[in-house]
Amino acid sequence: MAAGSVLATTAQARKPRRQGRGRGGMTKKRSVDWLLLALVIVGALLVLAPFYLVLVNSFKSPVDYATSGPLALPRELDFTGIVKFWERVNFPQKVWNSIFISGIVAVLAVVISMLNAFAIGIGRVRGRSWIVLLFLLANLLPQEALLYPLYYMFKSVGLYDNVWSVIVVFTVIQAAFGTYLLSSVYGTFPKEVLEAASLDGANRWQILWRVVFPISRPTLSVLLIFFFIWTWNEFLIPLTFLASNDNQTVPVAISVLQGDRLMDVTTTSASALLGIIPTLIFFLIFQRTLTRGITAGAVK
Amino acid sequence: MSVDTRPARTRRATLPPEQPSIPQRKGGTGAYWVYLLPGFVLLLVIVIVPLVWNVYLTFTKWRGVRSPEFIGLENWQKLFTDEDFWTSFGNSVWMILAMVVVPTIVGLIVAALLFDVVGRKFGGKVGSFLRATYYLPQILPIAVAGIVIGWIVRPGQDGALNQILGWLGIAPYDWLGQMPSALIVLMVVMVWVQIGYPVVVFMAALQRVDPELYEAAELDGANWFQRFSAITMSIIRPEIFVVTLTCTIAALKVFGPVYVITRGGPAGATLVPAYYAYQEFFTKRNVGYGATIATVLTIVVVIVSIVFIRVQNSIERKERAGL
Repeated sequence: MAAGSVLATTAQARKPRRQGRGRGGMTKKRSVDWLLLALVIVGALLVLAPFYLVLVNSFKSPVDYATSGPLALPRELDFTGIVKFWERVNFPQKVWNSIFISGIVAVLAVVISMLNAFAIGIGRVRGRSWIVLLFLLANLLPQEALLYPLYYMFKSVGLYDNVWSVIVVFTVIQAAFGTYLLSSVYGTFPKEVLEAASLDGANRWQILWRVVFPISRPTLSVLLIFFFIWTWNEFLIPLTFLASNDNQTVPVAISVLQGDRLMDVTTTSASALLGIIPTLIFFLIFQRTLTRGITAGAVK
Repeated sequence: MSVDTRPARTRRATLPPEQPSIPQRKGGTGAYWVYLLPGFVLLLVIVIVPLVWNVYLTFTKWRGVRSPEFIGLENWQKLFTDEDFWTSFGNSVWMILAMVVVPTIVGLIVAALLFDVVGRKFGGKVGSFLRATYYLPQILPIAVAGIVIGWIVRPGQDGALNQILGWLGIAPYDWLGQMPSALIVLMVVMVWVQIGYPVVVFMAALQRVDPELYEAAELDGANWFQRFSAITMSIIRPEIFVVTLTCTIAALKVFGPVYVITRGGPAGATLVPAYYAYQEFFTKRNVGYGATIATVLTIVVVIVSIVFIRVQNSIERKERAGL
């Protein structure tokens, strides 16, 4: 969704970064600067507040919560809420389902984006701007517009309640975005490199895998990570197509239990925490990847 | 999305239009269709066929079993008198306020402060740490974000917000059981989730602003606000467009938080189009009517995208003519 343009924008903003300002080191701080800093920090604390609430209350016993309230740190670490929810949803299984689905989608979608973009950006097939537009629209469409026909189709071919239904759908949706992005990256691919490979007798297939693929690998790996996280975060389609408990992904498994009678206040908090943790882990990895950035067409 | 048309345009200007970058021995561009084949077949089966089918379903009455019964424009006529339908699109306006207007304005201010004040005077490390903090909710699955905020406003004595208010002597409040608080809760979720996105994009964009322009303006006696509106805003305008476009589309498609927090309640007051269509499909089994709502949503999304791209292109063209 939205992060797509972070990716695009970062790619664009890379170059001039080095000449940024602050040449003279840090300038003198006026009191108004401290005030503005305080303002930004207060905003950041507000953004963090929900994380804090969920974190501290996941480790409280219901009694502790009732007496000390939501803001205090737990008196002693109590794991009953987390353990209760963990066992209830069979959390490792849900994590595995999410990893399996997102991982396969990410790889397949990158391969398909690459094949499409090779034809559009390097092969310059006829009508390519319309083709790119078509893929872009496919990515923008609300999923509700495909939902019922897909549901019916998967039911009739026996893929309903099967992780492969979700894998196929997201492969196409993510590859649509990947095609859009990679086509313009490949459109500026250094021509000399392609010509040299061609003179050495490589055919198109070999050029794609031995020249284009390795050179664009930084871009592809960023796409791979974005596809993985986007697919992990998806909700509507897994919710609709993965009915049985054993096939559900992490966000779906957590949300279907909300409002359940057995979910007391600390268990619900623990459920939110377990939903946050995997993405927090990705965030740490993903930060590093973002800073590495897209160095598309690395040859100069 | 800002990679858009610029590379394409320069490419078209420098190369003959239909010539592949690899010198050809045989086949020309035609041979490349083979590479498009898998992607195209998948697109056809997973997107195009279901989309057309969904439009067909809008002219039918169907409960998902046996065959659909053709009823002409009945579903479309029903839209005009269906209050829930209008409520759902009315709520989209509130979602746009929460996901586009507020995050863009606040994002601009925060990005400018982080870049100009914090980054310059307190060091880049502090700046990027704070930026990461603002971005944090963006990485959550949106349904999980809904659960987090939903947990805080949990009704009754044991809700976190109600407990905090209790210390101030305020009686527990049923946040989700009444309007407008149920809608406000949803909007808070969306602001919280969305705020980091413009901050990160705008901060990346601000790096493009040439410091010398700023210094010149400073010498001419322009204050910070004048510099910001005259120089910065015009340079980062493409990013503002991208952010507004992508966020508007995302706001129109909101589903997860409504599903996990309010389920459209109380009494349908927080319905949004995506959730309303879902409900018609799977709860009420009015497939034809659900398909109609989904089709309207699709049309709105496509129109919004086209309008945005048109406006952006015409502004770019005017600017180039002006230069």
